[in-house]
Amino acid sequence: MNNLFNYVDRQSPIHRLTGATKFVCLLLWSFAAMSTYDTRLLAVLSVASFVLLKVSKIRWKDVSFMLGFTAVFLIMNNVLVYLFSPDHGVELYGSCTYLFGLSGKYAPTAEQLFYHLNYFLKYLATIPFVLLFVCTTNPSEFAASLNKLGVKYTVAYSVALALRYIPDVQREYHEISQAQQARGIEMSKKATLFNRLKSAGTILVPLILSSMNKIDVVANAMELRGFGKNKKRTWYMGQRFRWTDITAIIICIILVGVAFLCNYMNGSRFYNPFI
Amino acid sequence: MNKNDLLLEFNNFGFQYNAQSKPTLNNINFALHRGEKVLIAGPSGCGKSTMVHCINGLIPFSYKGEMTGSLKIKGQETRNLSLFEISKSVGTVLQDSDSQFVGLTVAEDIAFALENDCVPQDELTERVKEVATTVNVRDFLGHAPGDLSGGQKQRVSMAGVLVDDVDILLFDEPLANLDPKTGKDAIELIDEMQKKTGAAVIIVEHRLEDVLHRHVDRVVLMSEGSIVADLSTNELLSSNLLADHGIREPLYVTALKYAGVKVTARMCPESIDKLNLSGEDIKKVCDWFKACEKIPGKETPETILKASDIEFEYDNGHKALYDISLEVGQGEMIAIVGTNGAGKSTFSKVVCGFEKENRGQLTFKGSPLSELSIKERADHIGYVMQNPNQMISKVMIMDEVALGLRSRGRSEEVIKERTENALKVCGLWPFRNWPVSALSFGQKKRVTIASILALDPEIIILDEPTAGQDFRHYTEIMEFLTELNSKGITIIMITHDMHLMLEYASRSVVFSKGTVIADDTAAKILTNDDIVKRASLKETSLYRLAVMCGIDNPSEFVQCFIDYERSHREAQKVQEGGECNE
Repeated sequence: MNNLFNYVDRQSPIHRLTGATKFVCLLLWSFAAMSTYDTRLLAVLSVASFVLLKVSKIRWKDVSFMLGFTAVFLIMNNVLVYLFSPDHGVELYGSCTYLFGLSGKYAPTAEQLFYHLNYFLKYLATIPFVLLFVCTTNPSEFAASLNKLGVKYTVAYSVALALRYIPDVQREYHEISQAQQARGIEMSKKATLFNRLKSAGTILVPLILSSMNKIDVVANAMELRGFGKNKKRTWYMGQRFRWTDITAIIICIILVGVAFLCNYMNGSRFYNPFI
Repeated sequence: MNKNDLLLEFNNFGFQYNAQSKPTLNNINFALHRGEKVLIAGPSGCGKSTMVHCINGLIPFSYKGEMTGSLKIKGQETRNLSLFEISKSVGTVLQDSDSQFVGLTVAEDIAFALENDCVPQDELTERVKEVATTVNVRDFLGHAPGDLSGGQKQRVSMAGVLVDDVDILLFDEPLANLDPKTGKDAIELIDEMQKKTGAAVIIVEHRLEDVLHRHVDRVVLMSEGSIVADLSTNELLSSNLLADHGIREPLYVTALKYAGVKVTARMCPESIDKLNLSGEDIKKVCDWFKACEKIPGKETPETILKASDIEFEYDNGHKALYDISLEVGQGEMIAIVGTNGAGKSTFSKVVCGFEKENRGQLTFKGSPLSELSIKERADHIGYVMQNPNQMISKVMIMDEVALGLRSRGRSEEVIKERTENALKVCGLWPFRNWPVSALSFGQKKRVTIASILALDPEIIILDEPTAGQDFRHYTEIMEFLTELNSKGITIIMITHDMHLMLEYASRSVVFSKGTVIADDTAAKILTNDDIVKRASLKETSLYRLAVMCGIDNPSEFVQCFIDYERSHREAQKVQEGGECNE
């Protein structure tokens, strides 16, 4: 079974940053990557995000599923863009350089391919960083640091609780699905997609009902132990902000600044090598 | 007794939920003093959970309804307090420790109440360490609660409550999901914690004999929303009140009664260790044993399911089964017992095809199962999960039972015929057009069994068929399974319940650490010290009684008791006539 969102407990400088720092950095980093199509900056960000993954001691197998998933998505996305607007690059960069001596609507142009390269780099710059955040952030610590940043603790805690229950729900889904298969609900590849979707319903209904039941019990358990009593609470897993946190955030702010600077220098969001 | 010692006082108390037409609790009068330990017992639906909710404040703060009379905690009416103020005095350990864990790790879970009290972080760490040491979970602070064993979970959930210095510890069915040995440990732990903290303890449980493993000051017996007895354990056991209200007496007490011994408070029946029998009593027991008819064992039936040298390893490298060889005879009713993680559930998953064995062979009526898919195996071997809510996916009972047949594409006539038949066998015919949600837990269990029966399997595997059921529902479910069994269906039950294996299984297979360590009658297994220890079972008190009476063949004595009970039960059934069938 694959755990989509899984905190991987290892020792690394990235793990030692507070969850809120990582969250803010994630937002800034993505903002920087999204705001510009400057190839040079995107390339730097892409390399950097893979370096950070390495630094955080995340292994290939921890994230292979998610990476595979995004790769499929990315390729599909690119193919669709090419199919629907094969001359988007030409419009953007204002020149048209046919390659391989071909011409016509779907003939590859250097501009279009360059546009796709940028598109590709945008993903490479952000997705590893998202995985980095998910794999190195302890949900409880994240809740604690969100609370410190001023998010209401009931909201912050529910985030942590949701993460805590994901493995439980996955396990239960698996169990229910086995029992339903035993009753003859075909879930394997032998059934058509439509039938499989229909069968998923027979698993989801009991899953949702039993989850609702659990939520009720947990809510009671939490109240009985004083959750919601005071306006504030303390956190066992809470961490102090240290200079590394501040440095990390400053670096990310600078990155956003660089992105804006690039856009300003390029005169638009696109770095144009065709001029 | 000092007036300050009065912690809890119910005075002509009553409660009616908003959604119900009748009060659930009536005229409750009950007091609890500092340092006392009280057991509240009663069949399902007697109002004991409502009572728990009243004590810990969930009533009236989470469940709305009308309260009458008075309920004071340390001299204050609970309706004038807040839920949080009450939780400072009353610590509740919920029935299912799994679902009450909130923290990602043991340490956080223990710290939860303190966090909500804004205790500074340094002090948190200290307090958590302290409490974790008290309940002996210091080494697991960084683990996820879900990864612990049943006994450790109990300890952690207790630590989460003890961290608050409460006056009253309230345990809601602490034994419900534990194997016999762990249950015994839990009772010892409760006792130990009470002595350490001096708190008053209320245990709500219907497994009376297991709770009585340690001294209890009083037993409060509830029935239909009222308290019918509030007596010392010895007095209660010398009466017939327990049996009359559907609570199982300790087995040795029942055995004494069968033997014609008059149980009195002076004999100290609250514990088999303290039990004091006169020479005359012992003679009565021995005479009863001698007169007892020995029923010869049945002949070995034809093998229907055979496992040879099954080995199984999970993807993560955890080896769950080693060399399992096992034969199940046609028409047998067997129990598979063992601790959590002993491999009994894994084995049943391998049999059903949910997991694929790494080595060894499974055969059904001589032909190998390995080629068959989950769905194909299900035509022969039905699997009923522990929690019916995990299986039921249709709104109407008829549709639920027909689900398996529909997905097999059978004709509507066949579906109708088989569904109706299954519903009749399971006693659900009168409810056939009801929505599933209108049924009780036990009835839902029947629906899931009916939906498996509709597929016409020759073997049914049931995971914990009676978990969380009181004596009456337990008997109902088990009698129903016996009836199915008498119709020729082979039944395999996976269970923790020693009563179940004693009373209903013709044979018990004991799993321990992934291997089969015993395969014999329950009477022989539960009188074998070595196996009892290795499988974390609990020696039956009947064995102790037999030894006490100088009977040199205790396992035969246990068998004799079981046979006597069975014939007793059948006689009762005949007496009651068709009442049960409708």
